[in-house]
Amino acid sequence: MNARFEYLLRLGDDALILGQQLGLWTGHGPVLEEDIALTNIGLDQIGQARAWLTLAGRAENDQRDEDALAFHRDQSEFRNAQLCERPNGHFGDTIVRQFLFDAYAVPLHAALSQSNDAEIAAIARKSAKESVYHLRHSSAWMVRLGDGTEESHAKVQESLDVLLPFAGDLFHSDAVARTAATEGWGVDPANLREAWEHHLVQTLTEAGLKRPEPAPEQCGGRIGRHTEGLSFLLAEMQVLPRTYPDAKW
Amino acid sequence: MEKQHWPLWEIFIRSRQGLSHRHVGSLHAADAEMAIENARDVYTRRQEGVSIWAVPASEITASSPDEKDVLFDPADDKVYRHPTFYDLPDEVKNM
Repeated sequence: MNARFEYLLRLGDDALILGQQLGLWTGHGPVLEEDIALTNIGLDQIGQARAWLTLAGRAENDQRDEDALAFHRDQSEFRNAQLCERPNGHFGDTIVRQFLFDAYAVPLHAALSQSNDAEIAAIARKSAKESVYHLRHSSAWMVRLGDGTEESHAKVQESLDVLLPFAGDLFHSDAVARTAATEGWGVDPANLREAWEHHLVQTLTEAGLKRPEPAPEQCGGRIGRHTEGLSFLLAEMQVLPRTYPDAKW
Repeated sequence: MEKQHWPLWEIFIRSRQGLSHRHVGSLHAADAEMAIENARDVYTRRQEGVSIWAVPASEITASSPDEKDVLFDPADDKVYRHPTFYDLPDEVKNM
């Protein structure tokens, strides 16, 4: 197995799927300002996805470029965490999903900035600035909703109860992750959990939200096991390039 | 649910070091922190700025349009207040 290709796919697919999801909010945000904020964050994610997938394609001996990887792979070939493919739901669902991911992305990008691979380190340093802002945005909303009205509190607590177990994939450690860490160009995500936990507990306390009872964590995204949400998402995302493979616009 | 509107904020952006903050528009936000974040997303997406001020619109005291004559017309015939009688070196910009 090409560990470098697999590892870069994970980074790229997380960003790609999350970015596509946030794009679906365009024109549907609760207020104009938040509509723009979510779309901006989505665009940041797509930008990161492009960089990671381009690098992944190169790790695979230039067989596929970013577009081929994004639009011409089937569901079982995607390596994103299942958390990223959870449906947008209501605004609180989207914020909790984003918060759980951002709190992982910040220590991830910080650690990858120290990669001994110059290209990985460069992409990570650029992404780090974005993810710090994303986390500030989603954390502020966690507090605002959790500590807001009775209704917003109840809704965001329910979102958290449902989505937290899906964070499992983010910290899943396997041969690919360990190879990346041992060779020094990547990090073992298991080592990011402490920083994630710290920020999670801090934000939940501030938001007055209760951490749900530990439930079995959902894993499988990293080996291509996905939920049905992803198939609908991919169908919509891929239909045009698959119908017109050489379309230009 | 009864829809409550967020307060209005006036946004000022400094486009680069050395220039002053300039009013660029307004937006709605629930609090000051959100106002800065929204301003960042709405008004600085194309690298327009290096600094943001957000001011609650309700805190701004504005002059009344009815007082226009009293406030501004007296300056009409006082051309000597304009520095037009000096030669400015070319290097001086933003005058």
